[in-house]
Amino acid sequence: MEPLVQVEGLRVIARKDGGEAPIVKDVGFSIPKGEVLALIGESGSGKTTIALALLGYARRGCRIAGGSIRIGGTRVLELTPGQLYELRGRKVSYIAQSAAAAFNPMKTIMDQVIEGALIHGTSTRAEAEAKAVDLFAALALPDPEGIGSRYPHQVSGGQLQRLMAAMALITDPELVVLDEPTTALDVTTQIEVLRAFKKVVRERGATAVYVSHDLAVVAQMADRILVLSDGEMRETGATAQILARPRHPYTRSLLAAAAPQVRGEGEPRGDAPLLEIRGLVAGYGRPDASGMPAARVLDNVDLAIARGSTLGVIGESGSGKTTLARVVAGLVPAARGTVLFDGKPLPTNLKERTREQFRRIQIVFQNADTVLNPAHSVERILARPLAFYHGVRGEEARKRIARLLDLVKLPAALAARRPAELSGGQKQRVNLARALAAEPDLVLCDEVTSALDTIVGAAVLDLLAELRRELGVSLMFISHDISTVRAVCDQVMVLYSGCKVDAGSRKALASPPFHPYADLLIASVPELRTGWLDGLPARLAVESPPPGAEKPARGLCTFLDRCPVRIAGVCDREPPPRRDLGGGKEILCHHTRAELEALQTA
Amino acid sequence: MSAIPVGLVRSGWRTATSLPIAGRVGLLFVVFWLAVAIFGPSIAPHDVGAVVSPDAFAPLTAAYPLGTDYLGRDMLSRILHAARFTVGLALVAALAASATGTTLALIAATAGGWIDEVMSRLMDAFISIPSKMLALVMVAAFGSSAGLLILTAALSYTPGAYRIARSLAVNVKTLEYVQAARARGERLAYVAGMEILPNMVNPMLADFGLRFVFVVLLLSGMSFLGLGVQPPDADLGSLVRENIGGLFEGAPAVVTPAIAIATLTVSVNLLIDAISGRATRVVEN
Repeated sequence: MEPLVQVEGLRVIARKDGGEAPIVKDVGFSIPKGEVLALIGESGSGKTTIALALLGYARRGCRIAGGSIRIGGTRVLELTPGQLYELRGRKVSYIAQSAAAAFNPMKTIMDQVIEGALIHGTSTRAEAEAKAVDLFAALALPDPEGIGSRYPHQVSGGQLQRLMAAMALITDPELVVLDEPTTALDVTTQIEVLRAFKKVVRERGATAVYVSHDLAVVAQMADRILVLSDGEMRETGATAQILARPRHPYTRSLLAAAAPQVRGEGEPRGDAPLLEIRGLVAGYGRPDASGMPAARVLDNVDLAIARGSTLGVIGESGSGKTTLARVVAGLVPAARGTVLFDGKPLPTNLKERTREQFRRIQIVFQNADTVLNPAHSVERILARPLAFYHGVRGEEARKRIARLLDLVKLPAALAARRPAELSGGQKQRVNLARALAAEPDLVLCDEVTSALDTIVGAAVLDLLAELRRELGVSLMFISHDISTVRAVCDQVMVLYSGCKVDAGSRKALASPPFHPYADLLIASVPELRTGWLDGLPARLAVESPPPGAEKPARGLCTFLDRCPVRIAGVCDREPPPRRDLGGGKEILCHHTRAELEALQTA
Repeated sequence: MSAIPVGLVRSGWRTATSLPIAGRVGLLFVVFWLAVAIFGPSIAPHDVGAVVSPDAFAPLTAAYPLGTDYLGRDMLSRILHAARFTVGLALVAALAASATGTTLALIAATAGGWIDEVMSRLMDAFISIPSKMLALVMVAAFGSSAGLLILTAALSYTPGAYRIARSLAVNVKTLEYVQAARARGERLAYVAGMEILPNMVNPMLADFGLRFVFVVLLLSGMSFLGLGVQPPDADLGSLVRENIGGLFEGAPAVVTPAIAIATLTVSVNLLIDAISGRATRVVEN
């Protein structure tokens, strides 16, 4: 049988520095009806460009220079603009990465979901609305009858992403293009969306192109995988084959980076912890009469970091993990609680800190693109902490800068460049080198690998482990990604809504019992094998609450409204106790160790 | 010549040749008027006050390329002298306005809190005074002099520069590299001068050009009303006023200074548009 989609010799070129450079080189593939093909690669691999080309579209500054695309009986690249208008949203539809940016906040969800059907005249408004409600139900959205009358800000991010799928499917397109549809979501939310997508794709026999950088996600969704890098096809094959027997070295390196290895354990030295925090409360907004901030982001957090060891802090967006680092760095004042650094109280206000305290604690911010001053050269960026903390200038400073660049594995020639001339990974290394220039005792790493491609991120993790071994610095490693935390941390704590719900050693993170939220978080991380999504235990089917939903009353468990194992009459009445589970493991939960073990091994 | 000026000249030339055509025209005229302001008086064919011709409002002739004025003085020499006043006064006043505005804005933005609040409200109060009115009142109260004109123009345009600079500084301040500097323990003065300022220089330069144009127009307007530069000195605005009697005869004496003002202000605008347009393109890439 003839495949539904046939792409041959596709070339896309982009304007660059006055000339033109190909960004997609001679790519060809075919998709039989009812199959899902994944395009996988790192940023700049051309995967999104190819996906957009299927709609006959090229981004500004790019143009499709050659090749052919056939979808059903339509030759996409030979269409006039008017015919393309008929194609898009009717025969081929597109699901973008950020649903929040794709929805118009001023119109109801139903109006936007059925808009495509009305524009293309495939059905009347009443038919389209009935069909939309069916789709909402198929996508496991709560209240399928009523959700259409809400506005986009009234539903959660995961729900919005599924509503976008409904929007794309309303015209029964022949091909659906999904462009990183779950990348912007928290891992626990990602599951809801993946499940719904998978169900709909299977039930409707949809043909789809799934663009992603995440092999584990793709393993759940795709029948076949096409591996891309630098706009060229590296390997194509069935999902199981690519995962089990990759042929191309690039595929192998992608696979290796997707499953991070544990990078050497730290050796805690001395018994007094380097950093100790007790009963920390912090937040933003005007303090009230008792000195509590209007928006409390961290509530009663305790932690300790031993010398030379690494503490991982995990949580989803809004859990307060970045605020924690900013309190330690002195950028956010603490409303309550004490911070002890090297046994001595550390002022949480910038003005009261000594230069020595500043030097010993360094923070590495998440976004390497905005953390280096675009007006300064790399040399100047690195020279500043040297002069500021150590009074080193001139020839000696130049030598030290060369050493620092060497330490983070950057060529010395980079010193003269400005940040705009560096790649993402290089910027993150300079960012790290700047912190190391201070010769700190404690480095706060805030999502340092999150904005990087898997392979580059893995290299940065290797670097961190090496620096720890060689320089003996302690790290606070903040991340939303459990597998990276597992790879570099000795101790791990889990934050949820500003509360420390679970804490223990890295080993404690490997097997139950966990706090119910930690359980959800750990089990939600996609595994690199097909069929993982289908085999998930039922307790993970948790709907995330819409934004602005009422939080559990202060004092009660913050996870109450999402907890799949809450005990009626107990969890909604009394604050959860802090339970010591032995071996340094503690959780904030009403369930006993035995109960949790029984629930989580089931 | 040492290596650095050569490099500067080269990079300047590269910038100039990369400008769009309108920007190049603007640059050409800006350079021309700067040259006139610097060298004009020394290359003027006649003395600025000398009555050289019996004909008032004479047309363009080989002897007097831009004609003569209402007393029979050489218009070319008059304009070459007047340009120095117009460009010089406006340059000093615009520099003062931009520098003061930027400095105050940096202080307000980095200090924040009540300092920012007080300064911003004060500037809001200033900005509500029409600049022409302020200038008229100042001249009425203190009499006209070059110093007073500069002070008045600078005072009128500082609040605008402050507003622009503050909004830029507040945006830059929230960026992570500024946060990183704060977490490093840097003093506010370093944060303001070394981290924030370099990243607002380009838009502030564009703003400076705009203020320069405003000041030229304000000073010319004042002189036209007879309240600006006083005889025997004259700026371009005074030249228009002196020769207004020739308007009905179609005398070049009234048109040429007006054209001079127009080319000066329009070319500065063209150049600014080209440069700031280029800056945004660079950011987009």
